[in-house]
Amino acid sequence: MREKIIYILAAAAAVLLVRNLYVILLGLPDEAQQGPIYRIMFFHIPSAITCFIGFFAAGISSAIYLATKNPRYDAIDVASTEVSLAFATVVLATGSIWARIIWGIWWTWDARLTSMLVCWLLYASYLMLRRAIDEPTQRAKFSAVLSIFAFSDVIIVWKSIEWWRTQHPGPVLSIRTGGGRMDPAMEAAIYWNLLALILFGLVLVLVRLRQEETRREIDGMRQMAHAI
Amino acid sequence: MQQTKQRGAMSWVGNVAVIFGKDLRAELRTKEALHASLSFALVILLLFSFAFDPSAEQTHDIAGGLLWIVYAFAGTLILNRSFVRELPNDCLDGLIAAPIPAWTLFLGKSLANFVLVLAVELISLPIFGIFYNVRWAQQGWALLLVLALTTWGLTVVGTMFSALTVNLRIRELMLPILIYPIMIPALLGAMEVTGPLIAGKPLEGDLLTWVRLLVGFDIIFTSLSVALVSTKQKG
Repeated sequence: MREKIIYILAAAAAVLLVRNLYVILLGLPDEAQQGPIYRIMFFHIPSAITCFIGFFAAGISSAIYLATKNPRYDAIDVASTEVSLAFATVVLATGSIWARIIWGIWWTWDARLTSMLVCWLLYASYLMLRRAIDEPTQRAKFSAVLSIFAFSDVIIVWKSIEWWRTQHPGPVLSIRTGGGRMDPAMEAAIYWNLLALILFGLVLVLVRLRQEETRREIDGMRQMAHAI
Repeated sequence: MQQTKQRGAMSWVGNVAVIFGKDLRAELRTKEALHASLSFALVILLLFSFAFDPSAEQTHDIAGGLLWIVYAFAGTLILNRSFVRELPNDCLDGLIAAPIPAWTLFLGKSLANFVLVLAVELISLPIFGIFYNVRWAQQGWALLLVLALTTWGLTVVGTMFSALTVNLRIRELMLPILIYPIMIPALLGAMEVTGPLIAGKPLEGDLLTWVRLLVGFDIIFTSLSVALVSTKQKG
C-alpha cells in the first residue's frame, strides 16, 4: 500500500515538473528588467518554502517525540530534516547563481542570506550530532531538542526580509504583499512548482522513512542475535 | 517530589541557590575552568594585536566584534566544564536522581556559569582597554547591562547544550559547532551595541533596538530551555 502511494506521488511530481518546466522555459516571456535569469526564482522560492515546511514538520515531530517517546516520530524528524537540508542547499546555490548575474557577486552578508546560512549550518550540525551519539533513545532525545532550537532560526529567516532592510528582494508572493508585486501568470507558475517540489520532497521523505524503519528492524535483529 | 511541593512556592528558589552555590564552590576550589578560560582570553587578545594594528582608529570600530569573539570562545571553555565536572564519581547520576525538578538544576547551573563567564569578561575588559588603548568605561553601566544580557543568553544556550553533549566522546568538538550558530542573533546584537558603547555613544535610538533583540533572545531561549528540560525529565 505504502509502496503504491510512493509511486503515485512520484509519478504526479514527475508529470508536474515536466509541465512546469515547459511553462517556465517556453510559456513565460523574459522578465523586463532581469532578462532570462529571473526563471531561477521558480525553483528558488518553492525550494525555500519546501525546506521551511520540512523543518517545521521536523520541529513538530521532535516535540511529539519528546512528549510521547515514540521512535516513529524520531524517524520522521531525521527524514524530513535530511530532505529539507538538501532543499536548503538548492536555495543557497540557486540564490548565489542569481546574485552573481544580477548583483555581480556570489554572496553578500545581509540578514536574509546570513540567517539562511546559519539555518543550513544548524541543521548540518543536527546531522553531525546524530552521528556522534550511538545510543538510539539518547540520540532521538538530544536531536529532538536541537531540532526545536534550530527551528527558531527558520522563523528569523522567514521574517528577515520584513525586519531588516536587506539586499535580498522583499516579499513578492501576494499572500504576503496583498498582490501587485508580480504578474499573475508568473505567480501561478511559482505555486505550481511549489506543489511539484512539495510532492517530490514528500516522496523523498517517505523513502527515507522506510529506510529508517528498516534500519531499526535490522538493529533489533542484530541485538537479538547478540543476545542469543 | 511531593515533599518539595509541600515546602511551598519558594522552595525552587532554594533548590536553584543550592545548585548555584555548589557549582561556584566547586569551581572556586580548583579554579581550573576559570584559569583556562582567562588565559585563553588573554592569548586571543594577544593574537588579535598581530592581526589588527592596535593603535589604528579602525580597531576601535571593530572593538565590539573582537571582544565578543574572545568572550564566546573563552565562555565555551567554562560551559564545557560545567557538566564534565560532574562525571567523576558519578556525580551527574546523583544530581539527576536528586528529588528536585530538573529545571531548577538547569537554572542553578546556568546561574553559576553566568557568574563565571561574566567574571572572565569583566577581568579581560580592562586588559583589553590597556592593550588596545581604548577608554571603555565612558558608558560603564550601559556596557554592563549589555554584557549581562548577552552573557545570560550565551550561558542558557551553552548550559543546555553542555548537558546534551556531556556523554559524547567528542563533546569538546560538538559543543562549539552546536552553540555558535544558535547564539548568532545574540552575538550579532552584542557586537552592534558594544562597539558604539565603547566609543562613548549613549544607549539610545538604533542601539536600543539591538538591546531589545538581546532581551527577546534571553526570554525565548530561557523559556524554551526550561520547557524542554522539564519534558526530558518525564521520559
